[in-house]
Amino acid sequence: MQSPARSWREIPQRYRLEAAKCARCGFICFPPRLICPECGAREFGPHKLAESGKVLTYTVIRVAPQPFCDQSPYAVGIAELDDGVRLTAQIVDCDPAALKVGMRVRIEFRKVSEEGEAGVIYYGYKLVPE
Amino acid sequence: MRDVAVIGVGMTKWGELWEKSLRTIFVETALLAVEDAGIDKIDSMYVGCMSSGLFAGQEHIGSLFADYLGRKPVPATRVESACCSGGLALRQGFIEVASGMSDVVLVGGIEKMTDVGGNEATYALGTAADQEYEGFHGLTFPALYAMMAVDHMHRHGTTREQLAMVAVKNHENGSRNPLAQFPFKVTVDMVLKSVLVADPLRILDCSPITDGAAAVILCPADMARKLKKPVVRIAGSGQATDTIALSSRKDLSWMESTHLAAKAALAQAKRKIGDMDLFEVHDCFTIAEIMIIEALGLVKKGQGGKAVEDGLTAAGGKFPVNASGGLKAKGHPVGATGVAQAVEVVEQLRGHAGERQVKGAKRGLTQNMGGTGGSAVVHVFEAE
Ligand SMILES: [Zn+2]
Repeated sequence: MQSPARSWREIPQRYRLEAAKCARCGFICFPPRLICPECGAREFGPHKLAESGKVLTYTVIRVAPQPFCDQSPYAVGIAELDDGVRLTAQIVDCDPAALKVGMRVRIEFRKVSEEGEAGVIYYGYKLVPE
Repeated sequence: MRDVAVIGVGMTKWGELWEKSLRTIFVETALLAVEDAGIDKIDSMYVGCMSSGLFAGQEHIGSLFADYLGRKPVPATRVESACCSGGLALRQGFIEVASGMSDVVLVGGIEKMTDVGGNEATYALGTAADQEYEGFHGLTFPALYAMMAVDHMHRHGTTREQLAMVAVKNHENGSRNPLAQFPFKVTVDMVLKSVLVADPLRILDCSPITDGAAAVILCPADMARKLKKPVVRIAGSGQATDTIALSSRKDLSWMESTHLAAKAALAQAKRKIGDMDLFEVHDCFTIAEIMIIEALGLVKKGQGGKAVEDGLTAAGGKFPVNASGGLKAKGHPVGATGVAQAVEVVEQLRGHAGERQVKGAKRGLTQNMGGTGGSAVVHVFEAE
């Protein structure tokens, strides 16, 4: 079980899609980093992720880890957003048979998982076909 | 740097070893290597293990094993880099002997995975992925490799049947390895009809959950020659890292860390990839072997699937890959895998590999990696 502090720390990224844009080369880090992986600079400005993009790759998970067992099968994918950022998330509201490389998706705020009957509920972003 | 030789190897039967504990498996295996080396001296130990904590509730295993092996108070160090732990333990042992810091070093690798249930094992393995940005969303290792497979199939035209052919080849090889967990053959049809784990990967595309260990004894090559042992040198060692989050890679189905580690190891050995007679590589999933043979430079980028189909990597092919049966058939006790690859190559170079012997093999290469390639290590071995 994750401590409340651990999930709370991730709120800026999971709820508000906050990334960091390198002040020198413009590379967008998601999640934010202290050092730009492209140019080594350490100064960043705020950036909010683009909320649409396309699927680069995907799969349907049929053997799930806790606490996702109840959700299986479920689709996940890596999307490239319109600002060039790539992220991994579930793809929902979609027939798994209709998944395709290149399909357009947008980011929505959803429940991701929950820990048992009285456990913490985790929220975050998921991908939905446009 | 001194030349380093492997003078002892040990491996026990792998599988679901319910009757044996973590420490028993280690000691039994290490003893085989000690007996094979024929010298009763160990100056230092390294143990590759991914997660004895999550799999067996036991950390601090370097000291535990030194004690149960009857070698207390020798220095003993555990090395962790997910599924690459064993290969990195070997590299640490190599560096320690090469540097002159120690003469005789025991390198072991181990994982005891069946003391927990399937979901817990999936979780433990999943900790090798980015927990905040992959694990949080319910990603598993089969899922990450499935996404690499979809990318490879989409961009390079790799087929579902070609993936299956990797499993067929490795089970064919593994059927000749008495220590393998699953020493039997499978057909393309069996793979294609096996249960889906993460589309398009099916259970017969995946390496299994395994208990097991492997061990080697290293010493300076000069010492090995004086002992009149068959001398197999570690001629080169290379290691590299990559992002552990798959989404951060520019190319989602290219194993850059393996490519760089191989380049470094071959440069140190002053050899080319084509000089190698056999290859033991990290086929944790069928797609992995296809990407690895591309990254090693055995074939061009995107041609891995076709190479398998053409028999290039079969036991009698130009580049025999995973004569041991690979992770697929031999089993994949994660921390043991990198060391077991070295055991196989040494047996092959000594000409002791029995039914699966690659004829006349003088040089071999091992490639071991962690996660989706966030870490990789390659070693080059040469017989004298
Ligand atoms: Zn930058």
